[in-house]
Amino acid sequence: MNRREALSTVALLLGGTIVGANVFLEGCTPGDKKAAAAGGPLTFSNDDIAYLDEIAETIIPTTDTPGAKAAKVGEFMTVMVKDCYDEKDQKIFVDGMQQLNDASRKKFGKSFMDADSKQRTELLTEIDKESKDAMAKAKPEDPKPYFRLMKELTLLGYFTSEVGATKALRYVAVPGRYEGCIPYKKGDKAWAT
Amino acid sequence: MPQDSLHTNNRAGVANTYDAIVIGSGISGGWAAKELSEKGLRTLMLERGRNFEHIKDYASASKNPWELEHRGKATQDQKKKRPIISRPWAMYGTAAYEPIMDYWADEQECPYVEVKPFTWWRSYQMGGRSILWGRQSYRWSDFDFEANAKDGIAVDWPIRYKDVAPWYDYAEKFAGISGSREGLQHLPDGNFLPPMDLTCVEKDVAERIRKSFRNRHMIIGRVANLTVPIPGRTKCQFRNRCWEGCPFGGYFSTQSSTLPAAMATGKLTVRPFSIVTRILYDKDTKKAKGVEVLDAETNKTYEFYSRIVFLNASTLNSAWVLMNSATDIWPGGLGSSSGELGHNIMDHHYMLGAQGTVEGFEDKYYYGRRANGFYITRFANLYGDKRDYLRGFGYQGGAGRQGWSRDVAELNVGAGFKEALTEPGTWSIGATGFGEILPYHENKITLDKDKKDKWGLPVLSMDAELKENEWKMRKDIVQELVAMFEAAGVKNISTWDDKNYAIGQGIHEMGSARMGKDPKTSVLNKWNQVWDAKNVFVTDGSFMVSSACQNPSLTYMAMTARAVDHAVSELKKGTL
Repeated sequence: MNRREALSTVALLLGGTIVGANVFLEGCTPGDKKAAAAGGPLTFSNDDIAYLDEIAETIIPTTDTPGAKAAKVGEFMTVMVKDCYDEKDQKIFVDGMQQLNDASRKKFGKSFMDADSKQRTELLTEIDKESKDAMAKAKPEDPKPYFRLMKELTLLGYFTSEVGATKALRYVAVPGRYEGCIPYKKGDKAWAT
Repeated sequence: MPQDSLHTNNRAGVANTYDAIVIGSGISGGWAAKELSEKGLRTLMLERGRNFEHIKDYASASKNPWELEHRGKATQDQKKKRPIISRPWAMYGTAAYEPIMDYWADEQECPYVEVKPFTWWRSYQMGGRSILWGRQSYRWSDFDFEANAKDGIAVDWPIRYKDVAPWYDYAEKFAGISGSREGLQHLPDGNFLPPMDLTCVEKDVAERIRKSFRNRHMIIGRVANLTVPIPGRTKCQFRNRCWEGCPFGGYFSTQSSTLPAAMATGKLTVRPFSIVTRILYDKDTKKAKGVEVLDAETNKTYEFYSRIVFLNASTLNSAWVLMNSATDIWPGGLGSSSGELGHNIMDHHYMLGAQGTVEGFEDKYYYGRRANGFYITRFANLYGDKRDYLRGFGYQGGAGRQGWSRDVAELNVGAGFKEALTEPGTWSIGATGFGEILPYHENKITLDKDKKDKWGLPVLSMDAELKENEWKMRKDIVQELVAMFEAAGVKNISTWDDKNYAIGQGIHEMGSARMGKDPKTSVLNKWNQVWDAKNVFVTDGSFMVSSACQNPSLTYMAMTARAVDHAVSELKKGTL
């Protein structure tokens, strides 16, 4: 758990003073508007969405509950990158899509889409380790590695989706009461919100 | 008539005359409207922004997370329109939240000048910040009311706890404040609804702090969320989505509480889109005769007349109204004769604290989303404690289990990672300080006549900063929290402190028209009346003489009810 995420978790608990959902993963951080993605507004093709779906599905696969693809996380990522990211993070994300594919070709001699699920998991595990290492060394103002952005959007997109919140987690729209101290047994699902 | 909440009265003369005018519809304006109309006065409440109706206009409040296109994240477009609200918020990221971005004031229409950095949180719509407030509600004590006199700071408060205590009772009973009775002299108990629960970890930490330190009390927050229903309102449903507006009326807001009560009298008229440009001063009677209103939609100007005026436009905007009401008698503005109008701007320390993890409670969890946290009450410079700075601070925080946004050690992607995230994570605890900021004459706001808003009106210029006492206290706030967490066995403690912290960021701005005993050194008397125009009452945060460290809104509610009571009794006696 990095420090910023730990704090976000804490911020969520300061119910009296801080609004909730916005302090989850910081997909939308304000930043400078200089590094323009050349050539007009950012667009993603259906192939891009399919590719992002597979990345997301590798991070959060279908198990006894639906995975990221069922939650349409690929499409969600594109909406977030287009609408919420600043241009700097947009570029990191879009370049990252290429870098990830290059890494797949280098490692397996085939694109990510052509790699099998075992290879995909192996590759993303490796890339995730690298991005964690990079973040451990980074200064707070440094941009996040592209895979960090993808992973954050995957978790946000999945666990706040209907399948993620209601099937992988426990969602109660209107709890109606509060109990501060109840038993928990291993295997009980976490609250979605 | 009670249903006719948008009754617009544009006819001249008598038809524009009321017994009382209230400027602003936020926490204190709503209270003024309720109290005045319940006492039988025909009252006009003016709101500069749009109407914003209870339940009907809380567009996102009943949506599921997946029904928000960006799952709560503000878009770049939203942020460009409201860059001040979108400023980074210490380590919390940002408070910019997708569904409520337009609850905040339009920053393009209403600019202001930052001589020194100043983040101004404004909500220009019916109910003002009563929709968006943090709801923490604490009484002051005589430690607070006596502090200026004892320390020789600024001027003495003209009131003491006994003057406000019955009004705290009154305000709490109507607003619905939940909390625990603790018998603390420095944080008096009130007329509370049953308290919310602490989590298992919070209870344990509270007990360890109590054992390790003298006079340190970690209690459940006292909060304006109902733990039992009261007439016309449903109890808090523990959704923790208060800022979106509560369809249950679970927390106190103008819309859920004071407005329905005021409308039920049949005496209240509400006029949205009404920017009060000045209070009309009558030289002969030395009183206000009414207000001038600029219709924000039509740009037409109207005059409304009344026997008394309650100014509740929020601390900085109330000062703006007074300053913009300058006449040849008072060129610095109505209430400027002391030279203190717009000065002594205060706020609270905020955006600093510590967090860590707690072991040993892996078999414990909680149910519901508590729109509240714990409160560690003030201990610095109390009961013989002595620091190298004046006054004190409290902390607000919470302990809970980490959610799905955490990293999982040794797990990167895939089924194992997913399964781990479907279970709650480690317990973590964190808190942020809220500390007292002293009143300094030179911390001021002024009218900048060169810069204009959308309607051609001069804007406010902010010139306020923290000083030595404040920076010393900030350091101590973090150190003391770490010491308490360490004593309580909290692990992996890390701290944060916004080194660029500036007045305004605490969203508790106060002091622009302080009260006092002497018209030469204060703007208002002890009944919140402008010394220079006694039928004008200012009962929002403007009147504060010092800031204490408690969240201030409850004190505004109590002081508003007290001022209305005084005003109406003076009217009846014919002395106003």
